[in-house]
Amino acid sequence: MTETADKLIQGRTGPWEIVLGLEIHAQVASKAKLFSGAAVGFGAGPNEQVSLVDAAMPGMLPVINRFCVEQAVRAGLGLNAQINLKSRFDRKNYFYPDLPQGYQISQFKDPIVGEGEVEVERDDGSTFVVGVERLHLEQDAGKSLHDQDPNATYVDLNRAGTALMEIVSRPDMRCAEEAAAYVKKIRTILRYIGACDGDMEKGNLRADVNVSVRRPGAELGTRCEIKNVNSYRHIQQAIEYEARRQVEIIEDGGKIDQETRLFDSGKLETRSMRSKEEAHDYRYFPDPDLLPLILDADWVEQIKKSLPELPDAKKKRLQGQYGLSAYDAGVMIIESARADYFESAVAALKAAGGSDAKLVANYVTNELLQRLSADGHEIDASPIPAADIAGLVKLREDGVVSSKIAKEVFDHMWAGEGAPYQIVETHGLKQESDTGALEGIIAALIAANPAQADAVKEKPQAIGWFVGQVMKATGGKANPGSVNEILKAKLGI
Amino acid sequence: MAIDVATVRKVARLARIAEPEDRLESLASELNGIMAWIEQLSEVNTDGVEPMTSAVEQPLPMRDDVVTEGGDPRLVLANAPKSKDNFFVVPKVVE
Repeated sequence: MTETADKLIQGRTGPWEIVLGLEIHAQVASKAKLFSGAAVGFGAGPNEQVSLVDAAMPGMLPVINRFCVEQAVRAGLGLNAQINLKSRFDRKNYFYPDLPQGYQISQFKDPIVGEGEVEVERDDGSTFVVGVERLHLEQDAGKSLHDQDPNATYVDLNRAGTALMEIVSRPDMRCAEEAAAYVKKIRTILRYIGACDGDMEKGNLRADVNVSVRRPGAELGTRCEIKNVNSYRHIQQAIEYEARRQVEIIEDGGKIDQETRLFDSGKLETRSMRSKEEAHDYRYFPDPDLLPLILDADWVEQIKKSLPELPDAKKKRLQGQYGLSAYDAGVMIIESARADYFESAVAALKAAGGSDAKLVANYVTNELLQRLSADGHEIDASPIPAADIAGLVKLREDGVVSSKIAKEVFDHMWAGEGAPYQIVETHGLKQESDTGALEGIIAALIAANPAQADAVKEKPQAIGWFVGQVMKATGGKANPGSVNEILKAKLGI
Repeated sequence: MAIDVATVRKVARLARIAEPEDRLESLASELNGIMAWIEQLSEVNTDGVEPMTSAVEQPLPMRDDVVTEGGDPRLVLANAPKSKDNFFVVPKVVE
């Protein structure tokens, strides 16, 4: 993955490099719209959340929502980007029935946030940096429904005027996995700072993907923009299809037309959306209804101080403070709730006199999160309270249960049977450290298997066979330390 | 800056204004007259002067994030030539 060669795709005439840049549209988690007092929300009846400003009635004037401005600044700070104390709004002109103004209010020339960069982690733990060109505020459009009537389009303006943050990346990604990892990272940052809920199913976070191909190291090729892809899987599928399509065209002697394309998630292909060459002639100009947006440097400073611990900082801290591996820390910080859960489990363990934070991390990542994600859930849906993970680790540390039995205890915890120590009691899972009972079992085993006993005297490693037999006889509950001790004494090794 | 017939045709199309072909020539000449008049502004030396997009020297006023409007589809649809089930109904848009 990290080697450039692995990311190239093979054509008939040799290798090609994919170049990817993304425009992420993130809906601001505000109550009201960017320039009006109408509600933002999902699932309201048609045109229920529309003010006369959103419907572009004559004489209506936009007034900007301070919260949305603040969230854009927070997002900018989260992306390590420059905050522009002076920005302004432009009109992007085009006609479409769900855009009643005939233009979208956006920021073209002077965006609120300038250049930044984010460090992104690949699945294998290696990292790469993606440059952010800008972040600007803009209005969302309404929604057109084409399937209600064969001869008409229905328009719902509830979404019209909702605040979006458009985050434009540099063309710094080279394969579909990197693009998906970048979107994941942006989503995590936005969720940490609370600027966007990141709900991709509801379309609150979606991406336009710019795809081009070139010979490794050559000049950039002509790009196509794939609009509104709204899941990690679709982003990857769209890129893979589109890159192949472009390579085939070029290898057949054709050339790529710069155009906007749509991803069909049913057929797993992209197709041309509008080939109107004039569609990109938006005739931007400063919106005369809006004055320049001037930010107070002190306000920006205050916002900076109010930011929570961001994912990268949290990851470093988890590694340093608890000795977690980069991988475990990376899994833990994807949602701040995961890290909170982990840290409260460690705190409970410490309070109970335990100390093995890494073991806590193991149970959280390998058992709990894996089972949750298999059901499509996150940590907030965990049936097991953090304190019980601590309880289980304490049982391990105290030698009450072995790692194998602990797994069984975890199964019972997952099934909602309560605290681990109770489960151990109820199901009789306590490790057998009673030397009297173990000695009896071992003595009988040695007597019944004299050949094996002689073999151990010759070759001490063969003791494993007896350990296995004792475990079998005790249903895995024997304390392995005690078993070894007694065996060695009785076999005279 | 000279505006030719092709530019007038394109701008009219982008603005969704129907202009008959035989009007384009005279429109081009009218628009060139307007542009020439505006061109006079370039006689002023504006070196080092920030472009002005508003005549009002004050910051953008802001509103709090509070829901104060909406909830009345009838009001929004009052002037719609056609509506159904609280949707605007427009001629079929083909993508």
